[in-house]
Amino acid sequence: MKVGLFVPCYIDQFYPSVAIATLQLLEKFGCEVVFPLGQTCCGQPMANSGFANLATGCDNNFVKNFVGVDFIVSPSGSCVLHVKEHLKHPDKEKAQFIREHIYELTEFLIDVLQVETLPATFPHKVGLHVSCHGQRGLNLSSMSELVAPEFSKPEKLLSMVAGLELTKPKRVDECCGFGGTFCVFEEAVSVKMGKDRIIEHEANEIEYITGADTSCLMHLEGILKRKGSMVQTIHIAEILNSDLVPFKAERS
Amino acid sequence: MSDLDQNHINTMTKKAVAHAAAAEAFIGDEERTDWHDETLWFVRHKRDLAVNQLPEWEQLREQASRIKDHTLSNLDKYLMEFEKNALTNGVQVHWAVDAQAHNDIILDLIKKNGVDRVVKSKSMLTEECHLNPFLLKQGVEVVDTDLGERIVQFRDEPPSHIVLPAIHLKKQDVSETFHQHLGTEKGNNDPQYLTEAARQHLRNKFVESQLAITGVNFAVAETGGFVVCTNEGNADMGAHAAAVHIACMGIEKIIPKAEHLGVFLRLLARSATGQPVTTYSSHFHRPRAGQQMHIVIVDNGRTRQLGRPDFRNSLKCIRCAACFNTCPVYRRSGGHSYHTAVAGPIGAILNPNLDMKANADLPFASTLCGSCTNVCPVKIDIHQQLWKWRQVLAEEGFVDPSKKIGMKGMAFVLAHPDLYRFAGKMGRWVMRAVPGLVNNKLNLWFKQRDMPAAPKQSFRDWYLDKNKHSLKK
Amino acid sequence: MPGRETILNAARKNKPAFIEAPPAWAEGASIAPEQLTQKFIKTLESIGGKVIQCNDYDPIRAKLQEQLATGRFIANTIQGLGATSTEVQTNSNAQSLEPVEMAFIAGTLAVAENGAVWVYESQLLNRLLPFICQHLVLVVSRETLVSTMHAAYRKLDIAAEGYGVFIAGPSKTADIEQSLVIGAHGARSLLVYLVGGTEI
Ligand code: SF4
Repeated sequence: MKVGLFVPCYIDQFYPSVAIATLQLLEKFGCEVVFPLGQTCCGQPMANSGFANLATGCDNNFVKNFVGVDFIVSPSGSCVLHVKEHLKHPDKEKAQFIREHIYELTEFLIDVLQVETLPATFPHKVGLHVSCHGQRGLNLSSMSELVAPEFSKPEKLLSMVAGLELTKPKRVDECCGFGGTFCVFEEAVSVKMGKDRIIEHEANEIEYITGADTSCLMHLEGILKRKGSMVQTIHIAEILNSDLVPFKAERS
Repeated sequence: MSDLDQNHINTMTKKAVAHAAAAEAFIGDEERTDWHDETLWFVRHKRDLAVNQLPEWEQLREQASRIKDHTLSNLDKYLMEFEKNALTNGVQVHWAVDAQAHNDIILDLIKKNGVDRVVKSKSMLTEECHLNPFLLKQGVEVVDTDLGERIVQFRDEPPSHIVLPAIHLKKQDVSETFHQHLGTEKGNNDPQYLTEAARQHLRNKFVESQLAITGVNFAVAETGGFVVCTNEGNADMGAHAAAVHIACMGIEKIIPKAEHLGVFLRLLARSATGQPVTTYSSHFHRPRAGQQMHIVIVDNGRTRQLGRPDFRNSLKCIRCAACFNTCPVYRRSGGHSYHTAVAGPIGAILNPNLDMKANADLPFASTLCGSCTNVCPVKIDIHQQLWKWRQVLAEEGFVDPSKKIGMKGMAFVLAHPDLYRFAGKMGRWVMRAVPGLVNNKLNLWFKQRDMPAAPKQSFRDWYLDKNKHSLKK
Repeated sequence: MPGRETILNAARKNKPAFIEAPPAWAEGASIAPEQLTQKFIKTLESIGGKVIQCNDYDPIRAKLQEQLATGRFIANTIQGLGATSTEVQTNSNAQSLEPVEMAFIAGTLAVAENGAVWVYESQLLNRLLPFICQHLVLVVSRETLVSTMHAAYRKLDIAAEGYGVFIAGPSKTADIEQSLVIGAHGARSLLVYLVGGTEI
């Protein structure tokens, strides 16, 4: 199975450890992983600001880089959702194939690789942040608004990790306030939302906040660091891969 | 005209501040913001408890959505059917293309009946049309009879929420307002005491009133009747006491059949407040003996919205406000930050239709988290429409030009992998070498958040390093 | 009327292609018949109403007599309870009804899922009565209980009379800080007598 690893721009630049963990995890489960070197970004920042029509170059580049793989996997629900919903290309078939075969990491592990056990160990108390685009967009977990059975792909994976104690904030799936360019154009609300999420997590006396979307974690990390909190953020891929790479060794 | 009236008109017409700035001012009082957030979250929580008692909830939403889709696709016919039946029932029907026509029709009826004071129960449509300031200017006193609306009316403020108009106020504020206007005891903040004072005050208004205005929740085409839902009973007190009853409705309030009320009444109150149904669901078909009953059917941009395929289903809205209560942005920015009669997520997709330029900020006042779409009892794809409005607003030139230039630059870089890599490297290098360039007041990220640490190596560099040998051709 | 034509034409022009109406709601997951009474009582009590079950009108008559004895303005519109109040007429105005302390009114049917009771205009005598009275007593037969609003609308003809209303509990508001206050503009209390059948 040939998997194209899609590493969104800010992960490539600021959170290489997340991409490394994703790559290693996929390889561990027997995937042949390629990292197309010409990739840039999914175009979401433009589209969410109202300039989806400027994303053509971005889209073309995306298709050029990712044709020929069986699946595309990325450790960012929000970027995956954007590609799924908005990728356009003159070659309609290619675009459609990509839209149908792009996966966020946790859904790929559960739905495609059907992972049932993991050799990971992470002896820490961890709070789960549910990212909206992954949850409400990609259906990674049930939603508190709907009358429907409960499930969660990220939680299922975390439950396989030895030593990990998982907690949830009081409002289980409220948005953290990142919201792409919202985080600067509506700075006050964005930060307030993030602060409120953190207060609920801190009430559970956790050491880490984890989630499947690096962008939300980056926003929460920014607030945590500013207030000098002891709580750290960590992407779910890093936890699931935690026996292979000593924790955060790659970060500094 | 009194100073108070003049003030009122000023408030209603003063230039609006964009959402982000108004929200920042709101959050300036953090304690109050927390209270506002918690209070509305509690309403969302009550809604969750109520809907989880119905295993068929999701099917009910689907049914409501389909009924509304069907109705909109046949709207002209249903409006005519409704009109015909209403006329047969002895109700007079008026048509208003816009807010001005709506206000003129009402003023005309008021004048014809020779009254100078009217009681009005909650109607977001009359807020949208700015009926109160219009009538005030004409020397007609309007008494809003919903408790929340009376409170904000005393304070010369618009409602901040379509179901809970005074939710931005604390009991101390209400107490002070009532002390000034109703002579209640200073400092008595007991909601029971304050409500009782309003009850006595408004009872007199009802008894004396000659003309009552109400809104309409649902208008039934097959019977020509309409349904008004309240918890306080104020719509009925007004309508039954007065010699003239005027009900105002947007064209989208039509539903085809009486049996459809079963679907909508099961959804409305549960979504709005978590109650199984509102205390009163009043079905009006004919005026009582000796009474005049009028219906004003208003377009005011609704047929234009009907013509926009991406946005037409916003007309399915039954004004339950569930999307307000669940919205993390609304809860932390307050209804007034939306500077429109209907605030919140639904307001953000309705108002650009009314005035794109004035309301271009609203579709951006969202993280697109999608919670609104999930709670909506008629399944309006609210967050998708917010996204689509952004595209339309950018296209039509209603987005800040500097934003556009930035986006163009970004698009160019992202379409060119070499440039992108260069920019990335430079960026990280700059952040490490001269953090002051990024970590300053101009950087809105940095104002209240630290920047992520810039690693020496990007993932790409690490990958190339690791695969040095294998990648070599 | 120019407005009318403008609006209808615009609606005609801008509406989407015809979409079929869904089939009528098929009752599913409704409340079992033997649970209707308890569900109704529990629901109505949760929204501030009170329910008394009785086999016949005797306890209600007693209540009416007891109220009349206070000398206050008690309005009875139910013939089965005795003489109806002559002071309450279809055209009685607000002024004359304002002092009503308690009103006794018959309902047509009761809805278990939400505690609502439907009342036709003919049962009210005067539309204002259930709102302007300080306290409201509704009398409804247990046999009329239906599970949901769908069932209620199947039984009712909402256009049969000029006015009809579902009443679920006393008048209330939470407009001040979301604290629930009973007795906003309408009745301060609601008592429903559920008559007939065996008590459960
Ligand atoms: S958009 Fe939906 S949730 Fe929001 S007020 Fe309208 S009906 Fe309610």
